[in-house]
Amino acid sequence: MIRELVIVSGKGGTGKTSVTASFAALAGNSVLCDADVDAADLHLLMAPVVKETHAFMGGSIAFIRGDDCVECGRCLELCKFKAISDEFVIDAFSCEGCGVCVDLCPEGAIDFTVQQCGEWYKSETRFGPMVHARLGIAEENSGKLVSLVRQETKKLAEARDCDLILTDGPPGIGCPVIASIGGATALVIVVEPTVSGLHDMQRVAQLAVHFKVPGLVCVNKFDLNLDMTEKIEGFATEHNMELVGRIPFDPIFTEAMIQGKSVLEHAPESDAGLALLDVWRKIQSSPSMNTMGIKDFSAVIQ
Amino acid sequence: MIISIASGKGGTGKTTVATNLALSLKGDVNLLDCDVEEPNAHLFIKPTIDKVETVSTFVPKIDDAKCNLCRKCTDICRFSALAVAGNSLLVFPEMCHSCEGCLEVCPEGAISASTRELGVLESGHCGDLGFYSGRIRVGEAMSPPLIKKVRTKEREREITIIDAPPGTSCPVIAAMKGSDFVLMVTEPTPFGLHDLKLAVEAVKVLGIPSGLVINRSDMGDNGVKEYAKQENIPVFLEIPFERKIAEAYSRGIPIVEAFPAWAITFRTLYEKIEQYSADLKES
Repeated sequence: MIRELVIVSGKGGTGKTSVTASFAALAGNSVLCDADVDAADLHLLMAPVVKETHAFMGGSIAFIRGDDCVECGRCLELCKFKAISDEFVIDAFSCEGCGVCVDLCPEGAIDFTVQQCGEWYKSETRFGPMVHARLGIAEENSGKLVSLVRQETKKLAEARDCDLILTDGPPGIGCPVIASIGGATALVIVVEPTVSGLHDMQRVAQLAVHFKVPGLVCVNKFDLNLDMTEKIEGFATEHNMELVGRIPFDPIFTEAMIQGKSVLEHAPESDAGLALLDVWRKIQSSPSMNTMGIKDFSAVIQ
Repeated sequence: MIISIASGKGGTGKTTVATNLALSLKGDVNLLDCDVEEPNAHLFIKPTIDKVETVSTFVPKIDDAKCNLCRKCTDICRFSALAVAGNSLLVFPEMCHSCEGCLEVCPEGAISASTRELGVLESGHCGDLGFYSGRIRVGEAMSPPLIKKVRTKEREREITIIDAPPGTSCPVIAAMKGSDFVLMVTEPTPFGLHDLKLAVEAVKVLGIPSGLVINRSDMGDNGVKEYAKQENIPVFLEIPFERKIAEAYSRGIPIVEAFPAWAITFRTLYEKIEQYSADLKES
């Protein structure tokens, strides 16, 4: 059975991608998935060699053919997104792609063409295959692309007979995060010990409850505020989330990033490296990751 | 003047810059937290909240007695929010994008307007500073309409500071579009640089002038500065890493409160933005 571990945080910049890369180095045989399609960074550490590039077709956008438009104003009445100007030009940023104006234009003067919203890639890295993507600037449908990338990762894992997927998730709790966590085996929530870190982790934990995915909590930069670290761990324990360790604040994270490496390759013996190894061992022996196919919902966050 | 604070990469210090800038400026200022998935500005501003309103969006409601399963509504819906199963029409409210196409086309008058809660809009103040913050309901995927609702408050004051979400997709566009200036906050690391480039592209697409704040400016390499120079993006402020600042931040204490001398730095930052924008308009 394929297990998928998704690394999330709620708040951005807590170290998701650096942690994911270190897990990849430790796991040896896993398939990597970058589900942060909006501002993907995992490739900067994994140096993937792209084997296949695919277009991602997202939603459609309406376009008024000036020659056929009689300026009756019906589309202006219909559009709930204020995407059509008084000169009958559609603003692509505001168009939701609902197609209501297209279907109901009395002159049939509005086109509705499918847009390419990005690309996705199948690649090889020094730690195994990787599926990643690039959503076009200012594009919608990030959730759809995340779902696609996760499906393709799963297919690849099956084809390679590999039983572990490591997914680097996006920040926040919105559409791309929802698409990243549904059906995952477990989440690793990387939290920093700050008021924002705690606040944002509580919201991502609520989301995990909503989707019935167990959460494992790891505090990064824990020594920046020990009281807050304890508060976060207290919250996690109260809500039935397993603690998988603490990682110290260490500039080695930045140094490794500059080298294009994971912390585990750059400085395996550093405090941060040893802490990451400990976190990885705890995750591997976690009941959430060893369910033998049995979904035990009593272990899910509450 | 409406200034959006954006970044591409998360955790670079958007909220730090937005809150400290708002707290340093004297006068007619509003702070809008448009990072509705993970709003954090209130943790530093500690505003008095005067009002909390629920923000909702349209979803269809079906009158089964009137529906004859003609499927005109399922045909127009591009978001699979309506489906016929057996002898009934089902609504999937979470899928609905509120285009109201179904309401428009139903020949039987079987569809009426109902609502789905997107989240809340909190309004408050901290001294003279006006404060608004959107907070999406956990499980809700559609943030742009809530962001737009928060932004209805932006013309109330002379200066509006918008704390934008990370990334470059639709929520960020909703938070930046129509602002007068985008202040980008980055860190001088490969991740910071990579995501900054994406943010710069997004700002260019929108045609808004922009400038840069480099946070933790001494932890990384020269990539960001070289890129800024090459792209002609002005660097208005560099904030070096200081454990004292990081620790104050971790407890929810703004820099200008822990170290009041920083208020002058943030006021200077605003003056630089103002001057730069004025110069751009002239040329």
